Amino acid sequence: MATTFELITSVTVGSGGASTIDFTSIPSSFSDLSVVVSARSTHTSVLDELLVRFNSSSTGYTNKFVMGDGSTTQSYSNNYTTSGYVGYISAANATAGTFGSSSIYIPLYTGSKNKSFSSDSVAESNAPTQYMNMNATLWSNTAAITAIQLRLGYANFAQYSTAYLYGVKNA
Amino acid sequence: MPSTYEPIATTTLSSTASSYTFTSIPSTYTDLILVASAANTSGSHDSILIQVGNGSIDTGNNYSRTRILWNGSSRSSASRSSAPNIDYDSMPPSSTNSYCVSVIQFQNYANTNVYKSLLIRNSNDQDYSVASIALWRSTSAINQIKIAGSATSFSIGTTFTLYGIKVA
Repeated sequence: MATTFELITSVTVGSGGASTIDFTSIPSSFSDLSVVVSARSTHTSVLDELLVRFNSSSTGYTNKFVMGDGSTTQSYSNNYTTSGYVGYISAANATAGTFGSSSIYIPLYTGSKNKSFSSDSVAESNAPTQYMNMNATLWSNTAAITAIQLRLGYANFAQYSTAYLYGVKNA
Repeated sequence: MPSTYEPIATTTLSSTASSYTFTSIPSTYTDLILVASAANTSGSHDSILIQVGNGSIDTGNNYSRTRILWNGSSRSSASRSSAPNIDYDSMPPSSTNSYCVSVIQFQNYANTNVYKSLLIRNSNDQDYSVASIALWRSTSAINQIKIAGSATSFSIGTTFTLYGIKVA
């Protein structure tokens, strides 16, 4: 039986940072996609927000998420509509050397239905008020996903940020 | 190199179905992962139910779960014990042209020394999403998994895939 969860491609941000992380020409030969991210932002704050766009589209995104900060919980919806919301990551004023971790699971990315995906994101740096998100997002577009762009809400990806794109086959 | 995350079985419904059952699940893996993309045939959202068993599906009050639930404005946490199934929210109606995304991990599913723990993560942008920990109070190995709509049927195009994970 063939193994699955194959690495399609990866990106490591070099010196100087990057405004986006792009996966293009995604093959249609898998059933689902998974993106695993370790990222830090150059934003002069403790946190930034990790976002995603499919096929260069800036429309059709809706989401609902829950978040905890170590003392309280909150739930929000549709805070971004021009990108898919993934969650918080560490930024320039967070404890040195700490990167946020995020995972995105996109089933049936080549199907003819609107694209739902699940994402979890944590930004923990041994400091007060850190965040974890669990998120449900819908991209109201029936096109197959052929490109994924990771972007940030406020600044750029810092050096050493990484993103891995995996393909999952169900047979 | 050891194999991992192997697809065991998959189905895409070509007709509506009230449930789907994976049977004859091999005991050769360490954990199982069930990935579902589901919608239902009614006009509203519905819960999804999980039952498991060895040789037959256990319908006794041997399940429990603790969950955190949210819908973009409210959030809550609740437990359910001694129940006939494991429930989680929610599955959209097919009229929304979207599916919920469910990833369910069955930890140590073939270990006959422990009760069976499940980690459930379901995302539905249209209604409630959930993260749950659940328990099947049996030391029997799991070789059957049944997934069903609570009050509705799964729509055409709903997909269920079962993967096996080996640690070595």
